Amino acid sequence: MFVIKCPNCGERDLSEFSYGGEAHISRPEWRDEMSDTEWAEFVFMRTNPKGVFAERWNHAAGCRRWFNMLRNTATDDILAVYGMGEEPPEVTANLPATPSGEAAIGSGNDEAKVIDAGDAADGGGGA
Amino acid sequence: MNRYNAFRLIREGLTGQKGWEPAWRSPAEPRPSYDAVVIGGGGHGLATAYYLAKEHGMTNIAVIEKGWIGSGNAGRNTTIIRSNYLYDESAAIYNHALDLWKGLGRELNFNIMMSHRGVLNLAHDEGEARQLKRRVEANRLNGVDAEWLEPDEVKKFCPPINMAPSIRYPVIGATLQRSGGTNRHDAVVWGYARAASGLGVDIIEQCEVTEILTEKGTVTGVQTTRGAINTPKVACVTAAHTSVMANMVGLRLPVESHPLQALVSEPVKPVMPCVCMSNAVHVYMSQSDKGELVIGAGIDPYLSYTQRGSMDIIEHQMASLKELFPFVSRLRLMRQWGGTVDVCPDASPIISKTPVDGFYVNGGWGTGGWKATPGSGHVFADLVARDEPNAIAAPFTIDRFVSGALVAEHGAAAVAH
Ligand SMILES: Cc1cc2nc3c(=O)[nH]c(=O)nc-3n(C[C@H](O)[C@H](O)[C@H](O)COP(=O)(O)OP(=O)(O)OC[C@H]3O[C@@H](n4cnc5c(N)ncnc54)[C@H](O)[C@@H]3O)c2cc1C
Ligand SMILES: [Zn+2]
Repeated sequence: MFVIKCPNCGERDLSEFSYGGEAHISRPEWRDEMSDTEWAEFVFMRTNPKGVFAERWNHAAGCRRWFNMLRNTATDDILAVYGMGEEPPEVTANLPATPSGEAAIGSGNDEAKVIDAGDAADGGGGA
Repeated sequence: MNRYNAFRLIREGLTGQKGWEPAWRSPAEPRPSYDAVVIGGGGHGLATAYYLAKEHGMTNIAVIEKGWIGSGNAGRNTTIIRSNYLYDESAAIYNHALDLWKGLGRELNFNIMMSHRGVLNLAHDEGEARQLKRRVEANRLNGVDAEWLEPDEVKKFCPPINMAPSIRYPVIGATLQRSGGTNRHDAVVWGYARAASGLGVDIIEQCEVTEILTEKGTVTGVQTTRGAINTPKVACVTAAHTSVMANMVGLRLPVESHPLQALVSEPVKPVMPCVCMSNAVHVYMSQSDKGELVIGAGIDPYLSYTQRGSMDIIEHQMASLKELFPFVSRLRLMRQWGGTVDVCPDASPIISKTPVDGFYVNGGWGTGGWKATPGSGHVFADLVARDEPNAIAAPFTIDRFVSGALVAEHGAAAVAH
């Protein structure tokens, strides 16, 4: 569960928002000349990264406006909220050390978690 | 592999249980090369390895698992098994799996606690009833056992259900697949691992594949956290991480990874004789042999690899459940957990070759792949061994998203599992 900071209304519970999926996918304008492969790319193919992800949200039970958000899908950390049509800002994120690995926090998969020495010294989580 | 049987149980009981060996071999390190590498030690990956060894004689192979086998969705699902999907392509693969489930415990010499207790799919309004009846007819044409139950028959089959016409979404009928049911997820994982290991397959746990090595568009091996492995064939069966792995060879997939949660109640005496699921109010329930009520619903809407979801999904499903089964209102919930499920836009899996020679993908099973485990492993092993899909696997290529030949089960086959 996370709390999202709507750019218009402030911090609200996740359940007030509806999800718009991957951001920055725009409908190609030159659609007459498009091949089936290009259509498939636009309609179906998705990035689905484990890590920083740009996504769209709508504050459905609030201002009913759309906005973009950068979230780390490995931890659910929210990294930035920005307007529709804007470029995603630069952010730093707590990423897994390996592509399918688990970040030190925020993952339920203790079996495959990478805990670095710093965390251990802090008394932070352990597998 | 020493067989499990009553005689051994008695003998070990009388001799201090000292003669058991580990169920599968755990080689300290992977070998430098294999004839094929299966990435992912979930149900599907282990089944793939088992059938590669058993049916295609490929015994010099390894399953590479980043955590423990069964630590992904295989160990987190609610084990509902059914094959009553609408379309021919789905009926073929899920029914193939159901046929294999029937003899699997015996074949693996491992008690997978398969219980064909029947699966009910409830209808709450006329539109839904009509659609479910259509599905029953389609199922029958495909040789899938299916029947329509009128309200009194629903009550008889599932006595704890609330059939009051006054509830918000009254139950007006249901489909029943009698051969559907549940089994024990860990037992399936361990059973496949043990049988595969017995045939010579190396099962390497705590080892993550970090790179797929290719040369001129052909697979040459994998890089892992425990060294490089040469292999001409890589069978990728990583469920949640399907897109992450495909990305390693520059392949884009239509898969999205969502949280899916489940929860269990405190154990009670047998009250729930079957699996009961409702699409409209979005909840399902069965009872495990331990007595816990096993409860689940749909995915959380957003993408996440964290293997946990949000509270509102649980609140929603518990409200629905309480209306359908009022007796649950005074039960305590014992555990709640999440997995990460790899969802395809048409709610059907990908079992496919790829533009990279030697790289095969099996994924996108979404919320309902457990039921397909043996069938999926069986046809995927065939694809990996022969480099050609058989008739059951053929409709599930990645190309269908370009050609438009989708197997669109989303609305058709009851979204939930
Ligand atoms: C809560 C929940 C309830 C469900 N209920 C049902 C149900 O009732 N009925 C049903 O049919 N289905 C159900 N499902 C879906 C089902 O669990 C999945 O479709 C199925 O288990 C996926 O196949 P698998 O077992 O091979 O996946 P997994 O067990 O997830 O296997 C994938 C494995 O790959 C490993 N891996 C990932 N990346 C790497 C890497 N780079 N290197 C090495 N290993 C890697 C992972 O650690 C994991 O063990 C449910 C799922 C969840 C989460
Ligand atoms: Zn708002």
